[in-house]
Amino acid sequence: MSKRETPLVELRDISIAFGGIKAVDHVSIDLYPGEVVGLLGHNGAGKSTLIKCLSGAYQMDSGEILINGEKAEIRNPRDARKYNIETIYQTLALADNLDAASNLFLGRELVTPMGFVDDAQMEAETRKIMGRLNPNFRKFKEPVKALSGGQRQSVAIARAVYFNARILIMDEPTAALGPHETQMVAELIQELKAQGLGIFLIEHDIHNVMKLCDRASVMKNGQLVGTVKVNEVTDEDILGMIILGKKPEGVAC
Amino acid sequence: MSKATPDTGAKRPNLFKALEIDTRLLGMIGAFVLICLVFNVITDGRFLTARNIFNLSIQTVSVAIMATGMVFVIVTRHIDLSVGAVLAMCSAVMGVMQVNLLPGVFGLGHPLVAPVTIVAGLVTGTLIGALNGWLVGYQRIPAFIVTLGGLLIWRNFGWYLSDGQTLGPLDQTFLLFGGIEGTLGTLLSWALGIVFAVAAVIAMWRARQAKIRHEFPVKPLWAEATMMAVAVTAILGLIAIFNSYEIPAGRLKRIFEARGEVMPEGFSAAYGLPISVLILVIVAVAMTLLARRTRLGRYIFATGGNPDAAELSGINTRMLTVKVFALMGFLCGLSAVVAQARLANHANDIGTLDELRVIAAAVIGGTALAGGIGTIYGAILGAVIMQSLQSGMAMVGVDAPFQNIVVGAVLVFAVWIDIQYRKRTGEKV
Repeated sequence: MSKRETPLVELRDISIAFGGIKAVDHVSIDLYPGEVVGLLGHNGAGKSTLIKCLSGAYQMDSGEILINGEKAEIRNPRDARKYNIETIYQTLALADNLDAASNLFLGRELVTPMGFVDDAQMEAETRKIMGRLNPNFRKFKEPVKALSGGQRQSVAIARAVYFNARILIMDEPTAALGPHETQMVAELIQELKAQGLGIFLIEHDIHNVMKLCDRASVMKNGQLVGTVKVNEVTDEDILGMIILGKKPEGVAC
Repeated sequence: MSKATPDTGAKRPNLFKALEIDTRLLGMIGAFVLICLVFNVITDGRFLTARNIFNLSIQTVSVAIMATGMVFVIVTRHIDLSVGAVLAMCSAVMGVMQVNLLPGVFGLGHPLVAPVTIVAGLVTGTLIGALNGWLVGYQRIPAFIVTLGGLLIWRNFGWYLSDGQTLGPLDQTFLLFGGIEGTLGTLLSWALGIVFAVAAVIAMWRARQAKIRHEFPVKPLWAEATMMAVAVTAILGLIAIFNSYEIPAGRLKRIFEARGEVMPEGFSAAYGLPISVLILVIVAVAMTLLARRTRLGRYIFATGGNPDAAELSGINTRMLTVKVFALMGFLCGLSAVVAQARLANHANDIGTLDELRVIAAAVIGGTALAGGIGTIYGAILGAVIMQSLQSGMAMVGVDAPFQNIVVGAVLVFAVWIDIQYRKRTGEKV
């Protein structure tokens, strides 16, 4: 990854506080096309909060976001979608009472020329993308609360992938999954990476980070400990960063 | 209500599955039919006469119209306790307009009095609803509190506007929306019935074609035909009932006398479809379309199912709250037109306790207070069931306190049945 290239996303000096507690304290990270950057840290380190500034769920107090080198204004999730930023939330953010197609197209429904939602068309599209992502998926008519954890996850992933995302945020995408489904997500990440997407991956499992990510940014108590290239460090180095907040020596960041 | 007997249990669900009928709807229809039959037996056949069905229908309209709006309010996890008071406020505005103000502007009985009055009532309702929605959505005051305040505020605001007087007589055109004064007559009723029946068949056919186009499974042709036949029979049957309720001879005579003519010997005419019922039908169709086929409807249900997910999907849930409450307010205004015209005056107690009837109708109709679930037809059926219980008991001569006790018990019982039903079908309650 050449550093002279313009980053896809640059988060510069981001700070956000909730009632006097600095959840994110002057953090800067970046992401290049075709790259997976892991975000690590304890619970409460500020990873999810930082990333929610990018997805539009939170508004940062200070700092700036650059997309393709240009300053971006992201005030809400709609703005983020305009920049082709898609997010797979830890909670999946699915409306349990609606079916897969309604969730996949939520906020971006396909409509008929009359302006009515085109359920048949949306279901057809959903069947297409699910055929690619999770060929075993059959429950198109049921509300998503009737689905298993893995099936729900695939609906959330399909929603992020369907709309030509260029920047993908995945918040612990494999936390609720079995080994087979975890492997599917890993393959999907490789495939999307090859297509030139940039991916922020929030992940607790160090092995997954070592396997899937190009770089890893570690946060502790709202501050950035450092960003390292995964192939230049060991598991222990990263663990040290997470637990002790100590940067490994002799590594270019 | 919808208990399947064990021995036929294996076969019946398949039939329902083929027909794609909502078993919960079927249960409600079953309960309704049961109520009708029981009252009909007790009253020696007086309950299911054209006359009583006609009266039952026009009494239900006002609550049923508001119940459709309450479905959206409850689906988005809110509540509106102020609908009866808002109805009274709209009614007061319309009463003052057509009795005190407009005759001075246009002249008594001018054709513009009714339309201007109605627009004023609808605008009043919509504005009050929007204000409620703004307080709930943008100021984050719980809907329970906002509308509990509204319950006190709006009826008394109306009282202040009308000086507590009963306002009347109302404009002649305005009275047409009340029911008995405004019916379409036999011919027009049949024509409309046929239009609705054809529209229903076409809509079902087009839905089937859309499924076939996308190669989705469709139900067998016999099942589709059965559903169409049921729809057509229901529509035309209802029209037939309205058309068989004849206008009393004395009343006909007065109509002829008013025109300066003499009634021919042996002349008879029937009422036909009341305009107020037609309004309810239009509201029901429009609200169902809104719920199922528009983005707004989709967002209402998504927000009810998971407000955070809706927000993260880019839905402006605050504005959505304003829209939902404004729509509720608009429907209160519409109900005020019907209720006031039916009673032929504005009195300060108009719509008293309607908020409870409306919420009960929506809940009996399967709307879940936890949000995300509810249907328009269910709410209307709920309103019909409540009204039939009430008029049936009045007909039988049940004492007033027992009437309310029964209606209250039915409300609790209906929700209990619904919870049991959802447990059985494996839904989360």
